[in-house]
Amino acid sequence: MRLTCPQCGERDRREFYYVGDAVALERPAPDAGDEAWEAYVHLRDNPAGETRDLWYHEAGCGAWLVVTRNTVTHAVLDVVLASDVKGGGA
Amino acid sequence: MAELIAKSPCDGLLPVEIGGVTLREVDLGHLTALAPHRGKEKSFAEAMKAAHGLTLPKPGRATGKDGKRLIWFGRAHVLLAGPAPAARLLSHAAVTDQSDAWAALRIEGEGVEDVLARLVPIDLRQQVFKRGHTARTQLQHMNVSITRLGDDAFMILGFRSMATTLVHELETAMSGVAARRAG
Ligand SMILES: [Zn+2]
Repeated sequence: MRLTCPQCGERDRREFYYVGDAVALERPAPDAGDEAWEAYVHLRDNPAGETRDLWYHEAGCGAWLVVTRNTVTHAVLDVVLASDVKGGGA
Repeated sequence: MAELIAKSPCDGLLPVEIGGVTLREVDLGHLTALAPHRGKEKSFAEAMKAAHGLTLPKPGRATGKDGKRLIWFGRAHVLLAGPAPAARLLSHAAVTDQSDAWAALRIEGEGVEDVLARLVPIDLRQQVFKRGHTARTQLQHMNVSITRLGDDAFMILGFRSMATTLVHELETAMSGVAARRAG
């Protein structure tokens, strides 16, 4: 598996660390209520198909990335800097 | 007060020459990581130009020359190698002294690309990785910065704590390439 980092170009899987569902970029408001917070913290879909995950270019530029890929075909559909995505600015 | 004697990261290990490829340690002077504050990227670039005469490199590039270089060093930061950073940069960027944190190596000679190809997962051949190109990547399992300095010359920055391993890996690859060439 290879990911194309927007800054570094196409790189081998070994340079990246998998962080989890990109839902982490959609943090609820502090007063959003228990249900919204429970879903944000605990509930994850496990789709056969397209997923949107956070990856970290650990052994490269150190950027957090949002990777869209298909878990059935293993196709990598899109890689963008998390800092360019709403909610991704540190 | 005790007299402390500074030791370079690769003290006692280098230089070595194997099969026409030489590996030696270089003293780059001050090493400073500079990360422009958000919204200050442009003013930082201007201040850098005015203070040190260096153009801010794009991702994957290094500017300047021996003794004074500005190396892209990852997302939203660069490494100034050589001069101490001018005080005026402080209002535009987060500034971190890393002078003692890195082992700096220069590896050169015919066949140097073959040596690095044994250790580094990215394509460093001349046609894709030209002079002034730089990358953050791995050398075996170590995170490094690699910059092409010339047709047969690269600079490698590795963590100081791993200097001995870094030299060992490079020496092993140099020996392997030399043996293949001799055969
Ligand atoms: Zn990267």
